[in-house]
Amino acid sequence: MSAGGKYRRHVAAALMLMPLVIFLGLFFVWPIVSMLSEAVSDPVVVKTLPSTTEAARRWDHASPAVPIMGQALVDDIRATTDDQAMGDVVRRLNSAKSGFRTLMMKTLSAARGSTGPLDLTTVDPRWQDNGYWEAIAAASGSRYTDRNLLAALDYTRNPQGQIEALPPSASNNADIFKRTFVISGLVTLMCIAIGYPFAMLAASVTGWKRQLLLGAVLLPLWTSLLVRTAAWIILLQDQGLINSLLQALHLTSGPLPLLFNRMGVVIAMTHVLLPFMVLPIFSVLIGIPGNLMPAAQSLGASKLRAFWHVLLPLSLRGVASGALLVFMSAIGYYITPALVGGPRDQMISAVIAFYSLNTANWGMAGALGIILLAATLALYAVYHRLTNDRPVKV
Amino acid sequence: MKLTRSLLLASALAALTLGSVAAQARDLTVVSWGGNYQDAQREIYFKPFSEVLGKPVLDESWDGGVGVLQSKVKAGAPNWDAVQVETEELALGCADGIYEKIDWAKLGGKDKFIDSAVSDCGVGAIVWSTAIAYDGDKLKDGPKSWADFWDVTKFPGKRGLRKGPKYTLEFALQADGVAPADVYKVLGTPEGVDRAFKKLDELKPNIVWWEAGAQPLQLISSGEVAMSTAYNGRISGINRSEKKNFKVVWPGSIYAVDSWVILKGAENAAAAMDFIAFTSKPENQAKLPAKIAYGLPNKEAAAAVPAELQGELPTTPANMEGAIPLNGDFWIDNSEELTKRFNAWLGQ
Repeated sequence: MSAGGKYRRHVAAALMLMPLVIFLGLFFVWPIVSMLSEAVSDPVVVKTLPSTTEAARRWDHASPAVPIMGQALVDDIRATTDDQAMGDVVRRLNSAKSGFRTLMMKTLSAARGSTGPLDLTTVDPRWQDNGYWEAIAAASGSRYTDRNLLAALDYTRNPQGQIEALPPSASNNADIFKRTFVISGLVTLMCIAIGYPFAMLAASVTGWKRQLLLGAVLLPLWTSLLVRTAAWIILLQDQGLINSLLQALHLTSGPLPLLFNRMGVVIAMTHVLLPFMVLPIFSVLIGIPGNLMPAAQSLGASKLRAFWHVLLPLSLRGVASGALLVFMSAIGYYITPALVGGPRDQMISAVIAFYSLNTANWGMAGALGIILLAATLALYAVYHRLTNDRPVKV
Repeated sequence: MKLTRSLLLASALAALTLGSVAAQARDLTVVSWGGNYQDAQREIYFKPFSEVLGKPVLDESWDGGVGVLQSKVKAGAPNWDAVQVETEELALGCADGIYEKIDWAKLGGKDKFIDSAVSDCGVGAIVWSTAIAYDGDKLKDGPKSWADFWDVTKFPGKRGLRKGPKYTLEFALQADGVAPADVYKVLGTPEGVDRAFKKLDELKPNIVWWEAGAQPLQLISSGEVAMSTAYNGRISGINRSEKKNFKVVWPGSIYAVDSWVILKGAENAAAAMDFIAFTSKPENQAKLPAKIAYGLPNKEAAAAVPAELQGELPTTPANMEGAIPLNGDFWIDNSEELTKRFNAWLGQ
């Protein structure tokens, strides 16, 4: 083939890949990059309050700040016409020190409603508190910050710039991260314990029986997540079906606490995620020749031994991909723990949702997302090592 | 090169189709809280206004969160026009500059409305309360105060509270003996916040936390909790639809105003303003309490509500006794920090 023809085929191949590349770029790379930059960039105060930023460098952090920074702030406010940029400044400052919202609302209207010098302490006596100025100074240090990433792991920087741990009563993200992985791990184990025998059964029968078994797994998958979770609330509550049945059979004297605790979360999440375990295992199992087990038994192996040495190693790939699917889906769960869990069963997504939906603190939401992504990638690397080190023997 | 050309053509076509879809004019889109409240609004506001306008009015529902509106406005050309928001979202969004300014001349002037319904960026739509609710058929002699709510020996059983520091801290202080009028003064000090959390520690093992407005009704119905905080409109709603005998304890309750806002840069901002004016007319607004038990911010509309419905409304003078308004300013300053602390407390 001529060089030109080869080149043309390369271009054609590259063009056919374009939709995939564009898709990955738009929906995978771009969100992650913007999340990362949201988490570490802190430009709003530097950009919107330039003279205040300048003045903050001259302040010694001990003397009253108003004579040094006050008029600069007023000038910056009067120079800004962009309400949204000012809104970003207010949100950023209030997140560092509570009270900035109402303080800035008063100050904005006072500064815009007047000209010339303005004494901020007469606008609001709170400006005499250097704590507010300290927050402005900290926010105008640089365009980049590690405070979100530190806060996501329960650390902060003190005014001297040293990293110190936040008390557990103020922040417990590390605990919630740990809990997220523990719950996801438990759910994965439960899914293997229930899903493996189920997939074996479904693979061993044929015709309508197989259809029925697979239908039983797939049907819930087509139902809304909320409906399935609500159904579990009805089943698990104190006066629910399960507790009523147990008491009617005199197995328990009072209702078992099944709802609003870890038990409820694991049960409901296992049910929701079970299809993602059953289907990969099933698809591997039906690909295994049916005569291998009888062959092993004809060579004298007991059923259990034949399973342990033949079927299980062969189907391990299905288990591994199922476990990965379930675990990865589980760590992002939010609605199910919120509805059937207790306060100690909330997972990290709930915290991320709080920052992104309620307080519009994209920096914190991004930082938590990055920690979650990093932890997940690390776990995936471990998984990759494990599955590669133990090649499947046939 | 044929393939290349056809691919280019295809992508150009795709871009064209996408572009023309985006360029099409969108009908007025109104967003509210969903459920039977929005059903009522559809009947008395959305449909009649669409006839006045001569064009369809689309309605969607949302679950709140200023971040949602923030991101829509930031992205440019928001796909919502008029949105119903809570006190905090009104103040936060107004400070962040994501709402259009309200044309009060179209509404007949600010003095036609109760004070807490008036703002530069929004017009009050309803007044609603968060209060103690219990099943009158199960508890003959029910709780009278927040101290009773905290008293698990006198009233055995679990308690439902909305997950989050808002309302919860105010109620805890009242249970600890703070007079309703002083609640925000005490809560404004670090000692006051510590006091509220200490009081919550007492009840913590007996609390079931709820998040969606329908949950407390279900919790009370099933007997999972003996009493719970709940929204007054929901209580009257279930009493009417399912013939329940749920009671509302008005003293110590907290009322708040939900407002209509117009998103900045919304395509149908002018129509949205007319829509808000339409919903604020006394003759239109007065139809609401017959459908759902919320108080009305337009004074004339509130006066026009039939007497038999007055008993269920938070704005009725007898129900206002001992009730306090939600302090939006306090919560926009402290929401982030107190929610962080609340979540940490919850997880301990």
